[in-house]
Order: sequence, then C-alpha cells, then structure tokens
Amino acid sequence: MIINYFFPQFMHKDTGGKILLSLLALVTIMVIIFNFLIPLLLPEASSWHMPTYMVTLLGKYLCLALLAIALDLVWGYCGILSLGHAAFFALGGYAMGMYLMRQIGDRGVYGDPVLPDFMVFLNWSELPWYWYGFESFAFTALMILLVPGLLAYVFGWMTFRSRVTGVYLSIMTQALTYALMLAFFRNEMGLGGNNGLTDFKDILGFSLQSDSTRIVIFSLSAAALAMGYIASRFIVESKLGKTVVAIRDAELRTRFIGYKVENFKLWIFVFSAMLAGVAGALYVPQVGIINPGEFSPLNSIELAIWVAIGGRGTLFGAVIGALIVNYAKTYFTGALPELWLFALGTLFIVSTLYLPKGVVGLFERFQNRTENNKLEEKTA
Amino acid sequence: MVRKSLRKLALAAVVTASTLTLAGAAWAADTIKVGVLHSLSGTMAISETTLKDTVLMMIEEQNKKGGLLGKQLEAVVVDPASNWPLFAEKTRELIEKEKVDVIFGCWTSVSRKSVLPVIEELNGLLFYPVQYEGEESSKNVFYTGAAPNQQAIPAVDYLMNDLEVKRWVLAGTDYVYPRTTNKILEAYLIAKGVKKEDIMINYTPFGHSDWQSIVSDIKKFGSQGKKTAVVSTINGDANVPFYKELGNQNISSEDIPVIAFSVGEEELSGIDTKPLVGHLAAWNYFMSVENPENEAFIKKWQAFIKSDKRVTNDPMEATYIGFEMWAKAVAKAKSVETDAVEQAMIGVEVANLTGGMAVMNKNHHLSKPVLIGEIQDDGQIETVWSTESTVAGDAWSDFLPSSKDLISDWTAPIKCGNYNTKTKKCLAK
Amino acid sequence: MKFISQKNNLGLHLIYIILCLIFATNVSAENNADLEKLIPQLQVKNFKKKIASVKQLAEINKPQSITILEALLDSRLYYQKADKSVVIIQKKDHKYEIFSPLDNTKIGLVEKKTIKKITTNNKLRKTIRTLLAQKKISHTELNIRQAALKEILTSSDASLLPVLQQAKKNESDESQKDLLTLAIALIEVDSKDNSIRLSAIKILGNSVFPRAKGKLEQVLLTNDQGSFIEQDKDIITASQKALKRINSKLSLFSNLETLFFGLSLGSVLLLAAIGLSITFGVMGVINMAHGELIMLGAYTTYLVQQAMPNDIGLSLIVAIPAAFIVSGLFGIAIERGVIRHLYGRPLETLLATFGISLLLQQMVRTLISAQNVPVITPSWLSGSLVFNPAFAITYNRIYIFFFALMVFALLMLILKKTSLGLQVRAVAKNRSMATAMGIKTQWVDSLTFGLGSGVAGVAGVALSQLTNVGPNLGQAYIIDSFMVVVFGGVENLWGTLVAAMTLGITNKFLEPWVGAVMSKIIVLIFLIIFIQKRPNGLFPQKGRSSGGH
Repeated sequence: MIINYFFPQFMHKDTGGKILLSLLALVTIMVIIFNFLIPLLLPEASSWHMPTYMVTLLGKYLCLALLAIALDLVWGYCGILSLGHAAFFALGGYAMGMYLMRQIGDRGVYGDPVLPDFMVFLNWSELPWYWYGFESFAFTALMILLVPGLLAYVFGWMTFRSRVTGVYLSIMTQALTYALMLAFFRNEMGLGGNNGLTDFKDILGFSLQSDSTRIVIFSLSAAALAMGYIASRFIVESKLGKTVVAIRDAELRTRFIGYKVENFKLWIFVFSAMLAGVAGALYVPQVGIINPGEFSPLNSIELAIWVAIGGRGTLFGAVIGALIVNYAKTYFTGALPELWLFALGTLFIVSTLYLPKGVVGLFERFQNRTENNKLEEKTA
Repeated sequence: MVRKSLRKLALAAVVTASTLTLAGAAWAADTIKVGVLHSLSGTMAISETTLKDTVLMMIEEQNKKGGLLGKQLEAVVVDPASNWPLFAEKTRELIEKEKVDVIFGCWTSVSRKSVLPVIEELNGLLFYPVQYEGEESSKNVFYTGAAPNQQAIPAVDYLMNDLEVKRWVLAGTDYVYPRTTNKILEAYLIAKGVKKEDIMINYTPFGHSDWQSIVSDIKKFGSQGKKTAVVSTINGDANVPFYKELGNQNISSEDIPVIAFSVGEEELSGIDTKPLVGHLAAWNYFMSVENPENEAFIKKWQAFIKSDKRVTNDPMEATYIGFEMWAKAVAKAKSVETDAVEQAMIGVEVANLTGGMAVMNKNHHLSKPVLIGEIQDDGQIETVWSTESTVAGDAWSDFLPSSKDLISDWTAPIKCGNYNTKTKKCLAK
Repeated sequence: MKFISQKNNLGLHLIYIILCLIFATNVSAENNADLEKLIPQLQVKNFKKKIASVKQLAEINKPQSITILEALLDSRLYYQKADKSVVIIQKKDHKYEIFSPLDNTKIGLVEKKTIKKITTNNKLRKTIRTLLAQKKISHTELNIRQAALKEILTSSDASLLPVLQQAKKNESDESQKDLLTLAIALIEVDSKDNSIRLSAIKILGNSVFPRAKGKLEQVLLTNDQGSFIEQDKDIITASQKALKRINSKLSLFSNLETLFFGLSLGSVLLLAAIGLSITFGVMGVINMAHGELIMLGAYTTYLVQQAMPNDIGLSLIVAIPAAFIVSGLFGIAIERGVIRHLYGRPLETLLATFGISLLLQQMVRTLISAQNVPVITPSWLSGSLVFNPAFAITYNRIYIFFFALMVFALLMLILKKTSLGLQVRAVAKNRSMATAMGIKTQWVDSLTFGLGSGVAGVAGVALSQLTNVGPNLGQAYIIDSFMVVVFGGVENLWGTLVAAMTLGITNKFLEPWVGAVMSKIIVLIFLIIFIQKRPNGLFPQKGRSSGGH
C-alpha cells in the first residue's frame, strides 16, 4: 500500500483513518487552490471557487468533528461518558473570544482603547484581572489548552480518586457544565453575559472578514483535526491506550493487577479536554460569536449522540457522526423547519437501538459479510 | 387547520425558494429576493414564527400591487433555529448564496449582534423589528422597533406623573436588554430626584420560575407607604409564574402596578390573563387601538393566517412599517442596491397603524408614538395614555455616561453611526 | 375561580339593579341635576379630570352615585358613540343591554359597535375603591366593613380621621376595632400634639403592618449631616424602641417565610424527582424523557380543563388520575418499545430517551401548539393564608407541599405493602434470583416504569399551577431532578425526600445573600463536591447496580 508512506507506523492498520485523512487533505488542498491560489493568480477565473459560506460551514464542521474525537477518546476508549465536554469546548472558545475582543482595541463603538463595548455601557471602569494577558496570542494559545485542561484536571482528580463512575460521573459532568452555563449567563462575570463575545475584527493583524484569513483558519482547522486524530490514534495504539481499554473493560481487574487506574483516566481526560478546547478556539473565529448557550447540557448530550451514531471507540466514527448529524441539521433546518426535530429524535432512537456500533459498525458488518462470502466461495 | 395551512405555506415558500434557486441566475434577475431570517424552531419560535408570516403577507400584498420596479418579490425563508451562531451562518447563506436584496429578521439582541458583522461585511440590508436596548447604529441595519427612549422612559414618566409612583423596582432577566434599560432608567430616575434607596434592582435567570422570595421582597419594599411600581424587563417565559405569584401574594395592580416591556398580545394569548388584569404594558402599538389602518391590517392578517383568533402585536407593526418603508425607498431609489436604498430610506414616511406618520430618521431609527395600556381579561391591552406626538428613537442614550456625547447620522457629511459631538470625530474605523 | 366569583358579582349586581329599578320611580322624582351635570364629565379623556369628577360624584350622598362608581370600577360604564350619552351596560348573549345611569331605567338592547367603554386606569380605580371604602366603613355588615377598612389601611390620609374615630366608637367587633386603632394611629403619628404622637407610636410599635414600619422610619428620617430632622427627643427614642420591636418580629417572620419558601421549593423538587427516583433509582434507567412525562401531565391538566370549562375546581382533581394514566401509558410504551432492548446499558438508555424527549416535545408543538397554553387556577388554590400582615403563605404552595408528601407516602406504601412493591424490590435487588422465584421480571419492569412515569405526570398537574405549560416545561426540571436523586442516594425514596427538602431550603436561604442565580450555582458546586465524598449519596443502599460497569 503506497498510501502507507504518508502515515506513521501506528496508523498502518487504520484504514478508516487513512481514508478520512486523505479526504481531508484533498478537500483542504482543493479549497486552497481554488479559493486562494487561482483567484490570486488569475483574478478573472474565479467562477470555480467554493462560496465563502461553504468554507466557513465546512470549517465549523471540522471543529465539531475534532470535539467529537475528544469525546470518543474518553468515552469510546476509557468508558467515561462525559456529558460536559461542551464545557471544555466553550472554555477554549471563550479564551479565543477574549483574545479577539482585545484585538478590537479602540475600534469598538465607544472607542475605548481597553474595555470591550459591553463593559463600557455597563459602566465597568477597568478591565477585570482575568482579562489580563489575553492581548497576547501566545498567552491565549496557552490558556486555550490550560483552562480546559486545568478544569478537567481538578474535576477528574476529585472524581476518579473517589471512584465515581458510570452514570454518576455522567450526571456530575452535566452538573458541571450546567453550573458553568448559569455562571457565564451572569453579566457580573464580565464575559458579556447572554450576548457573549462578538463583533470580532481581526486575528494576529489579519482581518477576519477577508477570504484569505478564512481559508487559513479553515486549513488550520483541518490541520488541527488531522493532528488531533493522529495524536489520539497514537495514544490508543500505545501501551497507555491498551491500559485504558483494559480499564474500560474491567476496571477492578486492572486495578488489582497494579495499575493506578485513576491516573490513566485522569491524563486521558485532561488530554481530551485540551483537544476540545482547541476545537472551541478554532470554532469561534469562524462563526464569529461565543456565548453561554455553548455550555448548554443539551449540546453535550447531542455531542455524545454524534459519537454514538458514527460508532464509538473508532475515532474516525466520531468524525463521521459529527459530519452526518451536523450536515443533517443544516439541511433540515432549511428544508423542513417544523419537522426536523422529529427526524433528529428518530435518528437518535433508531441508531442506539439498531446500530450499537454506529455507522462504522454498519460498514464493518457489510465488509465482514463480503469477506465471509469470499471465504465461502473459496471453501466451496 | 390553521397550523396545517401555515405549515403548507412555509413549505410552499421553501419549495418555491429552492426551486427558484435551482432555476438559476436567469430567474434571479427577474425577481427581487427578500430574505426572512426568523427562528421557526427552538425557544424563540414562539415569537418569531408570527413575524415570518407577517413578512410573507406583506410580500404577497406587494406582489398583488404589481411588485416593485416592475418585478415580482420573492421570499427566501430559512430557519436559524434559535441558535445564535446559526443566525450568522444563515445570513451569509442568504446574501452570498441566495443573493437576497434585503433581510427581515432577528428578534433577540444576541441574534442581531451575531448577524451584524456578516451583514456589514457583505454590505447587506437588515430590518430589525423588535424593541431593543439601543447603543447601536449600523449603516446596514434599520431599527423599526422601539429604542429605550420610545418605551422605557415614557413608561416611567407615566408612572411618575399620572400614578405618582415614588419607589421603583426594576426587575429584569439577566441579559443585555434589561441591564441597559435599567441602567438608563436608574440614571433617569436619579436625575429626576429619586433617591437611591427608593430604587430596587433585581435580576433573575432566563425562565426563572420560583418567584416566592423576590415577590415577597417586592411586597416588603412596596408596602412602606410610598406608592411603588415595578418596571419589568422580565423576558417572556418567566412572566407567567411572576404574575401568578404576585396575585397569590395578594398584590393587586392597584397596589403595586407592574409595567412590562416584553409582554404583548401574542404572549398574552397563551396564558390565563386573570392574574394580570390592570397591570401595564408600554409599546408603540396595541391591537385594540381603533383606527381604520389598524382595522384593515387586522382584517388582512386574519384573512392571511385563516383564523380570526390570531392577534397582532407591536413587532408585527414594526415589520409592517419596515417593509412599507423599504418598498417606498426602493421605488424612490429605482434600485435595490444597498447603498442607494439606504440613502433613500432616510426621511421616508409611512402611516402608523395607530395614527400619525412614522418617519425614518438619520440614525436609522423611527419616530413613533408611545402608548401605555392596561391588560384586560380578554388578553387585549387598552390604551390609558399616549404621547401627544411621535417620539424620535435615540440610538445612543443620553442617560449613560459612555454614550451621552454620541449621535448617529447616516447623511453627509457625518455618515457615521457613532459620532462624538464633543470631539467631532467618528469613532468607527 | 375568579370566573365563578365574577359571576356571583354579576348576579349581585343584577339584584342590585333590579332593586334600584323598583325604587327608580321614587329616585327619579328627586332632583338629579347634580348627577346629570357630573355624569357626562366621566367620559373626558384626561384621567386627572376624571378623578376630580369621581371625587365630586362620591360627595353626592345618593345611592345612585355609588351605583355609578361601582359600574365604572367594574368596566360597565360605557357611552353611546352616537350621542355621547353615558350608560350602564349589562352583557346579554352577544349584545348589550343599556341602562340609564340616572335611574337605572332600561334604554334598550344594542350592538357592541355602537358603544364604547369609559376607560379607567389603576389610579382611578384605586381612588374609587378608597372612596367607596370610606362610604362603607360604617356599613352594617361586618365583612363589608372589614374589606373597606383593609382598603383604607393601605392608603389612609389625614382627612379620614373623624370618620375613623366615629367608626371606632360604633364598632363592636374586637379585631376590627384593633385595626381601626391602628388606622387612626397611622394618621395620628403626624399629629401636632406630642402626647398623641407618643401613644400612636406605641400602638405602631405593636404592629407588624408594613406601613407602621414605614411611618416610624419616616419619623426617624435624617438630614444630609446625619442628624434627625425630628426635634423632640422623646419621640425619637420612642420611635427607635418601637422600630426595634418591629424589626425583631419581622426578622423572625421573614426567617419563617424563607423556611416555608424552601420547603415549598423542596416539595416541587420532590414531585419532579420522585418519579425519576423509581425509574432511575430502582431500575437503573436514565430516562432523559422524564421531564417530558411531567410536561405531558401538565398538558393533560390543560386538556381536562378544556373538556370541562365550567368546573375548573373539579377539573384539577380529575386531572390527577388522568395525568397518571396518560404519562404512565407513555412510560409503558417507552419501556416496551425502547428501554427493554437496552437493559444493562444505562448510558445507551440515556441517548435513546434523549431522542424520545425531542420527539415528545415536537409532538406537543405539532399537535397542540408551539405557544404556551393557559391553565386556569381554581379559586381554592389562589390567594394566601394570612397569619399577620408580615407573614402569609400562598395556598397553592401549601397544597402542593402536602400533595407532594401524599404522593410520597402513597408511593412508599405501594413499594412496601403491596405485592407489586415486593416484586419491584426483589427485581431491583437481584434480577436473576427474582426470575428464579417465578417473578415475571419483564412485566415488573414495565409496571415499575409505568409507575414512575405516572408519578411524573402527577407532578405535571401540580407544576401546571406554578409555571408555564409549554413544550419546554420538562427541560427546566430534568437536571434538577437528577441532582436530587443522585444527592439523596439512588434506590432510596427517603433519600429523595431529604435531598429535595435540603436542596430547596439551602437554595432559598442562600438566595437573599447571593441572588437566585448564584445560589443555584453554589448548590450545584456543593453537590459535585458532595458526590466526590459520598459517591452513593446521602443514604446509600445496596441493590442492582445503576452505577454502570
């Protein structure tokens, strides 16, 4: 297989992942060529390019797919169904949003050089301490990883140590994201309350409204997805990953063998939260707004359903699930505005009942059958 | 029945829209496309679905009159599903993909804030029909709902002068509209000589349902001998349990009247209004106003929606005025180009449904009359007070320190949404 | 309810009008020039002028002036569009009977279009009420006197002093006399005579009536330098003492009130969570559609009310079993259709039931309406039980509190005393053993789930009296319900009870300090930390593992 040259050793058996990453690379290169290079070199031949709204839409999907990978890592491989993963995503998003707010500078509607608009009209006199540092991109990048990571660490440390598992853990994570949502809705938080952060102007000096910036962010999202995927694959194929799977399947036995179960869980959880944070940070400049609605417990449940529909414990299944459900949502909200919830609800029920392994499981079954047929033919 | 036909209609609109899109660019030149960006699902569907139907009705009406500039109008309906990022996405889709010439849409402030960068970037045109907190003026947006000085301030004046209210409870849901409105009102009341201890400010989360403690506090605050009123910026769903609790704790509208800025006929039609009777609402329009234009509008609406039970409300009037103004401006500019229409809009006059003329001002806000009414047991609101003439909408409040020097003027030579009258500078980039 | 009482009112008015009609011949013989002059002035637009006319009208000492004022108060005073003449109306089918305001003679039957209501506003109605109260303060019937005095207490002005003193002299009822004393003291505290003031202050100090406190605070107002405006030292010390007394009483009552608010919130949480504690606690099923089952119960209440619009009070009673059956049947259907296939996979039940919750929400939107629906509160659930002016608790909350306890007790009884309960507990403890003993576990599962769902439906009936009935109703309670069950310890109904009450009371005692939102956040954080310490809740119990695997 010539394609294996492009992938690291641990991915050679991961056919789904290879197909996925190749497709991703293909789309990204096409977008770069048609939307960026051709218009740059031949301005009049621009009729070929993909419309901007498609680029941002695709970019958005890619971020959500990365989020799905993050959840699949802890749920599919470690058995921790976090119903609060959207919280990590939103925290990463808020960190990026704060950076983008600081970049506005004195171009806000009140022309205040430091304070964001919502602080000016609510009579804040100075910037709260937790906004310091966000004018620097490096600091922000650090925070995008650190804030979700730290929250996951503290929460995980407490929870895994006291051996809260299964359903209880899911409900605790739900409580966590719910509490965060309520907190971020408060205007006293100094993060824009219900409106959240919006009206971003530029990132690292490049206007967010120019097509080239959009294509760069899109490409970055694609790269982040690819790297997130490869890193996750690396982890699950490593010894650590094998141990984690052992914990999922028989926690007590693993513990008795002598593994520090809570440490394994903790590190996977923290890594996953960081991935979610990165996804959120890339999501925000593409959709142009971050608000407390992203913390909603319903978002996290929906996220779990993307993973379940795609097929958990496969990583690329999570990506497929995220793309299918989100595309379906985009399509149906336009085509069947009054009925789309019926479609979505039925999809959820049917897939949990009849597709325990998700869409990926369906492929596998199909593949197995054809292989069996081949075997039968041979034996016959 | 009604809902069915409604659904059919929406479906028909969507189907037409999509077939027309498929039909390609040749068709597009022959129609003027009107984008409709209201949530048809999710939490805001309760309020926004009605506005979508209003726009469709106006388009049908206009087409019967022969369209505009010799072309037929064509609606493009999308569902942003009460999801704020989706509002931005759908706006982009409407302008870039569907190539609409104008968008009527949005309800919540956050949805408008989400749409704003996109509409400015793509130089589109948005008509926003809901009362809001002000502190904004975009070249690409026309605000046909009330600014705080067209709703909140006259309401407080009425309470102060006619009901002789001395103590004030400013109760609101914790989001930007109540926060800003209460900031403005607090500054206004203090300027009028009300002491700080006679103002109580309270915020609750969205959908708050347990009002026991807060109503009890209001009762204590209001029963000290000074006439007390509640100025409520409580958002939709939280209102019913609030009024119920008021009634149960024996607080009548005569003891402590509540004046609400977000409770209109549409909201009242879904609840048992008995606990609300006598409480107040401030708007620019009430369905109960007797006026030939209004009666014609109600008749048209009930015929269009095929039910004589459906009510009309203020955001519908704002949509109506916005649409009529846009049609006039397009006719005047002889073009649907954003810049031409934007300049033609300023100064356009359309008859209010409640009498008098609404004028589009230089700051993209309307001059409209302000009405204050009492809620009746049939869910209607009866006018008890109105301004003598129209009040011009103020984009930047004079009562906030940050915006008192700012004005908006989109005519030459200023052409600026946030012009500082002291420094004579436009703060926009 | 208000419905019924309004009807009664109308009836009373009818009788009144008929009586007046009988006397009409006599009345019309008198000189009505004063009335004739004032009545047309009622239809001016300006409310200040209207109020002045109303005051003049009240001064005319004729029964007819009261009739007119009452008509105005009840929105029955109209004018004819044709000649602007003022009339009193009586609705008759779809038309209006009109009567002359001068002598109540019937003028005719007219269409709605030809007449227009004379509008009133809050202030005008308040003025009329006070004027009428002054006329009725010495009425022969005690309850009318009481109502009148209540009205006067909220708005008395100094001019009423002689009337009140006269009324006190004639009053025989003790409690009414005390209230009159208070009303007089409220006026006399501003008297010029210091000894009268001192005794008035003393009387005020014994009352928790809110205006008493307000009056005393007024006496103790300070100027900008912080020194008292009041000069007399005795008055100041007496007022300070009186105020201190009032405040200590008030703080006691306000604590009692907060406690009750907490218990009430707790009972709402208990109702919402108790069904879940069966399906989640006993069966180990995470039912995300639990909130929607509550919503179905609330909608059942609405539909029952629609079916019997004339018996609102009764309809609520009927709604309880109806909601139990509707939600119970939906529950059984969910169990048979979906959950049965997912036992032992609790996380998957979560996802599937989330899908069901979306379906149920959208079903209600499509079949009934996306808008909220009005559920009417019957009269026996409105108003409040008044202990004293500073402490009253609302009837609906009292009923719901006891209702929650009743549901709890009944459920306890079913689980502990019936054979179904025994089987449920047996299956919960050890499924395979229960099967071996001949229990039809599948049948027990369905019934248990039905029971839990039915109880959710019953909770919906109670919640319909407190909050909006709309498609999103269930969403508001689902997370709270889970928290209660987890906090209380799964599989333990007593735990659910204690947890609900604890959370309710904590929430309400925190609320005055930090506000509604922060108190909720603090409670959530407390819960998260608590579960780390005691992963099995307040009252852990052994049983079929719902903790996953």
